[in-house]
Amino acid sequence: MNISPRLRAPAGFAVAAALLFLAAPLVLSDFRLGLLAKYLCWAIVALGIGLAWGRGGMLTLGQGLFFGLGGYAMAMHLKLADAGDGKLPDFMTLYGSGTELPWWWEPFRSPVFALAMVLVVPMAVAAVIGLAVFRRRVRGAYFAILSQALCAAFAIWLVGQQTSTGGTNGLTDIQGFFGYDLGDPKNQRMVYFIIAAVLLALMIGVRQLYVSRYGELLVAVRDSEERVRFLGYDPALVKLGAYVLAAGMAGIAGALFVPAVGIMSPALIGVVPSIEFLIGAAIGGRASLPGVVLGAVAVAWARSSLSEQFPSGWTYVQGLIFIVAVAFLPGGLASLKKYVVRRPASVETPAQPARKPAAEEVPA
Amino acid sequence: MSTLSLRDLSVAFDGTPVLNGVDLDVEPGDLRFLIGPNGAGKTTLVDAVTGLAPATGRARFGAHDLLGKSVHRIARLGIGRTFQTATVFEELTVAQNLDIAAGARRSVGTLLRRRTRLPESVSEALETTGLADVAERKAGELAHGQKQWLEIGMLLVQDVQLMLLDEPVAGMSHDERQATGELLRRIGAERTLVVIEHDMDFVRSFARSVTVLHAGQVLSEGTVEQVQADPQVQEVYLGRTTTASQEA
Amino acid sequence: MTLLFTQSFTGVSIGAVLLLIALGLSLTFGQMGVINMAHGEFIMAGAYTVYVVQKGISGAGTSLFVALPVAFLVAGAMGVLLEWLLIRRLYARPLDTLLVTWGVSLVLQQLARDIFGAPNVQTAAPSWLTGAVPLPGDLALPASRLFILILALAAIGALAATMRLTPLGRRIRAVVQNRDLAKVSGIPTATVDRLTFFIGSGLAGVAGVALTLVGPIGPAMGTNLIIDAFLVVVAGGIGRLRGAVITAFALGLLQAVFEYATTVSTAKVLVLAGVVLYLQWRPQGLFTLRTRSLA
Repeated sequence: MNISPRLRAPAGFAVAAALLFLAAPLVLSDFRLGLLAKYLCWAIVALGIGLAWGRGGMLTLGQGLFFGLGGYAMAMHLKLADAGDGKLPDFMTLYGSGTELPWWWEPFRSPVFALAMVLVVPMAVAAVIGLAVFRRRVRGAYFAILSQALCAAFAIWLVGQQTSTGGTNGLTDIQGFFGYDLGDPKNQRMVYFIIAAVLLALMIGVRQLYVSRYGELLVAVRDSEERVRFLGYDPALVKLGAYVLAAGMAGIAGALFVPAVGIMSPALIGVVPSIEFLIGAAIGGRASLPGVVLGAVAVAWARSSLSEQFPSGWTYVQGLIFIVAVAFLPGGLASLKKYVVRRPASVETPAQPARKPAAEEVPA
Repeated sequence: MSTLSLRDLSVAFDGTPVLNGVDLDVEPGDLRFLIGPNGAGKTTLVDAVTGLAPATGRARFGAHDLLGKSVHRIARLGIGRTFQTATVFEELTVAQNLDIAAGARRSVGTLLRRRTRLPESVSEALETTGLADVAERKAGELAHGQKQWLEIGMLLVQDVQLMLLDEPVAGMSHDERQATGELLRRIGAERTLVVIEHDMDFVRSFARSVTVLHAGQVLSEGTVEQVQADPQVQEVYLGRTTTASQEA
Repeated sequence: MTLLFTQSFTGVSIGAVLLLIALGLSLTFGQMGVINMAHGEFIMAGAYTVYVVQKGISGAGTSLFVALPVAFLVAGAMGVLLEWLLIRRLYARPLDTLLVTWGVSLVLQQLARDIFGAPNVQTAAPSWLTGAVPLPGDLALPASRLFILILALAAIGALAATMRLTPLGRRIRAVVQNRDLAKVSGIPTATVDRLTFFIGSGLAGVAGVALTLVGPIGPAMGTNLIIDAFLVVVAGGIGRLRGAVITAFALGLLQAVFEYATTVSTAKVLVLAGVVLYLQWRPQGLFTLRTRSLA
């Protein structure tokens, strides 16, 4: 592997694009491609987790909250579109008392509004939480517990609102996607391509963040928040940026999950799924960009293929992988790279203070 | 440049007074050493000025009131400090450390772009602190003395007018102390420096003026000679200089 | 009015169980900075202990009193094992302990599912706990809730006495306050850590026993409680017994009162939101900063 460091990232993206857009659709059956679409949604969440947790040190245990906000925004619109003009979604006529749509559902008839809300709601909620929490210097374990509690609260609230959110069942049986019939495999493929394109675009965006001055500053805040404060920065704002972006990514992922799988429900966004979002990032390497994405996809793939055969076995495997990866390999698999690939001498580019590949910046 | 002026500055932890009505003026361009036995309140004074410890009384820097301002706002007024244990970003390179220190006023747009070349102030600081050779090394790999210099370098690029250094030469070899002292002299030409120090030899060699703190109060102030001649200082402090410098 | 009174009393007994759970967490968090997500599974272990003991001993009353110390020992032993195998390697990485112990909790839940089956199981409550204790006026207290409250208070009293009066308690407090100083003073900190883990986990086991009186036993029962317990720890202040006591009862009561006024799920959301707001208002902030070094 004699690729100069400057070309490594573009080469990586080219390989990723080739795999996602050429190899996967050619090799995989429609069913498997649909599964991959689902995994890629989780990879998008993991991308945000990598930014907030890997680089920013914020253990986001409750990304399900944002995944759900984005997902429900999309699912509400699609349900309304399925129902047709002026009609109620099916579950409301089933369980609902009346014939009236709750007022906060009404604007979701508009596709533009729904798409905007996919981003706006998660990011706005994250901004409010973040400002409140980071300004009070709530961090570390406290932050993790709080974000988990908020996520739990959201899932519990959804379950309680049977008539307006579908309760435990959630919003199910979604048929169409902006006029396209999701029952048609061709349209399912289109959804896959959209998801793959969004993932790739977000990866490029996140990489730009990692190599930017903001990326360096974020690592500095992670490692010594107080020191950054004495340099004249407000660390709360630095962290807020990463947290809100991670929430936005989770929201997008949730929204894309809906057409890919056809459902959005509390079981997909509660405490347990929220921790599962982290597993991939932890195993792949929380601070490494390819690490979190590959980790998320690999764990999701392992889960569905292993749990098909050994339903209870998978839980043991998952638990053990998590224990081993976090306890004994905190940099994730990405940190093993330096034992395999000889790392380029860091004096190679003396004039240019070049960045090193992301994998080597994994925290010890 | 601005004067640091403290009036009746007091700090109490859990009701125990640590600083007790300190009056202190540091003129622009001064190289002031703060000395005093352990527990005299030297670090607390620096904490109070930089917004870390809640204090009463008055602390002004030029026209600005410092008390009640948050840490990062005080830093933006041009007041910087170091810590007894050098605190640098270990995962980042020396150049990255300095670049971050230089950037508190950067716009969001600048922050989101990659750094294409080192800002001039960073290159200068690398030269001034003698860290140019290790600019691309991770700060965590630096020797103890180099970390202290990096911290001072970070204050340089931060372009602070007032530097508060908490025992910058603690744990350094004789040669490193000498080099640090000369560095302080060089950078002190354009700034105000307040240095906490235990080592009396170091104080004698480099101090322009000295303030002696004792039990949370200013005991004496003046040149090194004046302070050493002060009978009060001799009584409570000079008897202990030997032990103090051994600890340092 | 009667309903509100009963509901409040339910809240107090929920608070008592929460307190039992939170005390263990608070001990280990305060002393070692460890967030133990598997703590919920120690509750589960305590509850299943009652189930197992009842298979051997038929009398519901006898088996309850046999199960209490056994559950304490079982859960405590699990805690010690966890500390020894994993947690002691992670003391410098508190956030990682959270994730690692979550992995442990997954494994333990699956173990429970494989051993006892996925559906919830029931235990028989002693007949003297099924009725209600009449009070003056038209009021009455459910006996099981009253028993839980007494049990929790006894356990907390025992813990407080241990902390104040015994050499072990003094050592634990010493390690919490200054680990390094305790170590150089000759306190075997590793042993103290392990004992703390034993006591904290054992209390979770006792909480598990208490819970069998008011609800079913299932593999996931710990997950539902652990977040509430963590909130008690967070809002009450780390390592502060009094803070934990006040917050636990406040949370239990709020939950019950909100439930009375709205629905179960809305009550839960309101309580969680309340904790977040409380943390905003809390003047002290949640951490102390060492000033000589920021490392």
